[in-house]
Amino acid sequence: MNIKKILPQLLTLLVVILVFGFFSYNAQINMENRGITFGYGFLSQESSFDVQFSLIEYDGSHSYFRAYLVGLLNTILVSVIGIIFATIIGVVVGIARLSNNYLIERTAAIYVEFFRNIPLLLQIFFWYFAALRALPLPQDTEPMFGVFFLTIKGFFVPAFVWNNLDIFIYSIIAAIISIIFIRIYAKRKQENEGIQTPVLSISIGLLLILPVLSFLFGGVDASIEVPVIKQLSQSGFTYEGGIKLPPELISLALALSLYTATFIAECVRAGVQGVSKGQKEAAASIGLTPNQVLKLVVMPQALRIIIPPTTNQYLNLTKNSSLAAAIAYPDLVLVFAGTALMQTGRAIEIVSITMLTYLSLSISISVFMNWYNKKIAIKEK
Amino acid sequence: MFKYLKQLTSLVAMVAVLFTFTTETMAAKKSKTLKNTQKKGFVRCGVSQGLPGFSNADAAGNWTGVDVDVCRAVAAAVLGDANKVKFTPLSAKERFTALTSNEIDILSRNTTWTLSRDADIGLTFVGVNFYDGQGFMVRKNSGISSVNDFKAGVSACTNLGTTTELNMRDFFNSKGIQYEPVTFEKADEVVAAYDAGRCDTYTTDKSGLAAQRIKLSNPDDHIVLPETISKEPLGPVVRQGDSVWEDIVRWSLNTMIEAEEYGVTSANADSMKTSDNPAVKRLVGAEGELGAALGLDNEWSLRIIKQVGNYGESYKRNIADTGILPDRGPNELWTKGGILYVPPAR
Repeated sequence: MNIKKILPQLLTLLVVILVFGFFSYNAQINMENRGITFGYGFLSQESSFDVQFSLIEYDGSHSYFRAYLVGLLNTILVSVIGIIFATIIGVVVGIARLSNNYLIERTAAIYVEFFRNIPLLLQIFFWYFAALRALPLPQDTEPMFGVFFLTIKGFFVPAFVWNNLDIFIYSIIAAIISIIFIRIYAKRKQENEGIQTPVLSISIGLLLILPVLSFLFGGVDASIEVPVIKQLSQSGFTYEGGIKLPPELISLALALSLYTATFIAECVRAGVQGVSKGQKEAAASIGLTPNQVLKLVVMPQALRIIIPPTTNQYLNLTKNSSLAAAIAYPDLVLVFAGTALMQTGRAIEIVSITMLTYLSLSISISVFMNWYNKKIAIKEK
Repeated sequence: MFKYLKQLTSLVAMVAVLFTFTTETMAAKKSKTLKNTQKKGFVRCGVSQGLPGFSNADAAGNWTGVDVDVCRAVAAAVLGDANKVKFTPLSAKERFTALTSNEIDILSRNTTWTLSRDADIGLTFVGVNFYDGQGFMVRKNSGISSVNDFKAGVSACTNLGTTTELNMRDFFNSKGIQYEPVTFEKADEVVAAYDAGRCDTYTTDKSGLAAQRIKLSNPDDHIVLPETISKEPLGPVVRQGDSVWEDIVRWSLNTMIEAEEYGVTSANADSMKTSDNPAVKRLVGAEGELGAALGLDNEWSLRIIKQVGNYGESYKRNIADTGILPDRGPNELWTKGGILYVPPAR
């Protein structure tokens, strides 16, 4: 081994170790000097604060760790809703931008330019306070279809009250498993005998029939609980029962999806335009309809261009959801890096956990999208 | 080979110097904060993002308020000029980190003194400059006249990361009322959301309610309920571990309160040097060597009174005359039926 090659490596390693050592040593000394202790024991302590909206059962008598889970689940919830809507809007707008219809093309272009050039925080404030100003008080609201109530205090929707919910879920799982087997069988049959099986109608049929059977014979029973107005004071009202979606969730999801959709729309446009014209002409010349050209020829090729930059947009959306704290949506940053940090004063521990959590969320999205990207990539045969 | 060895030695030497430098300054016995403040020429003070009466900036960027006056008093004592203060507006969430990480030297930001904050997170509370308590604001037309009128399902807007969140839970739990907490990072958003009707009640310290009420679109449509659900002694905070600096801030505040007790004001402070009362003479630095004990000159307290005024003047200027809380309530001197009582300066 050449010492001239090894020594610089060793030096680099030494410098890295020394720099890290210096910072952690300094932090330790400073924390000791100021009487700050370090440890993660606080996570099991009682949190003693409440959160307005939670997917799991939680109140102040639970631990800080549970409060962390509440925040994490709320972050995941708003990110998933945001990603779904951003994708739908983005694809529609992206394709609209390629339309031959002048009006549609211009409308889509204006939407993209308008929403992607205004800072996101401003848009979140706009949707939140616009919603608060525009929505009616609980007592003034007109029900939609008699059961949905959109008010300033939230969107109140009916809830299902289940008996033997587990049997219902088993019936759906059973349906999905049988569909997978049928698909494998159908594929084999087509390869061996060249006969196509109507997989789609069989699948839909199974998904309908099995749950219905569980209602008829499995003792499953669902009733609908409609929100009912409740008077709190002479001028204050709210709704009770059903499910409540807070206005913070609605406006945050709206702002995130409208903002991110503009970028996804541009990815989609780039992807479709990236497919060479000859492909479309060749497809048309063998007699495919315009819809078939899009579905069978253009989209499979465009997706390969669309997926990688869209992954970035999904990651951005997830990270941007941390702006929730500004409008009181109890996400990870508000609940854990906000209230919990304040009540415990454990800045280093909580910030490090929060950073690691966002890192893991982002990496999970990346891994999934990379897997999908690989799946649709060109498979050389 | 030798070339690298030389580089390595110099690197090790450099790191060694860095380490000795840090350990040496840590061990310095004198007040580091005082020395740094005198070197910089201004006091670094953390305040709120705008709470009328306590710490609020006008259009020209001039800060006023009783919390602001504590920092001004320290600047007058340490630097001789009450205007040599650099104010840093902080959210409730940022405030303690800013102090412990050396961004500011005094946190004077309507902060409640509690055991866990004092003991746990590297902070030291030096006194109380406002005795407060948490209350509720509601709409007049709701007909609610007492906290006992709240019903299950009530939604309450408040600030994130405050003792308010904890008191609110204790209160509603003790009444067995299920409630919806809506917590915002900044006070302006709390006010806007409550004003729009998102919440049935707005809860925070009563002084805060009185101050924020002015920002509502129709202040007269809202009332603050009479009950107080918690003790909120608000006061300035310093970093743990610098007892000299801690003493300077504590006694700057105490000087303002004691000056009111002895009737020393910004107008008559100079003439009080010849007072017959030895306590008054000590207070304005005409007798004794009290400044030296703090590492300051003997005129330090006189400058505080002359430039900032006594506590009563500060309260009147910032809280009473602005119509926020004309009645001093518990924040009256102990000699006049309040609970303001400070140890004697001697």
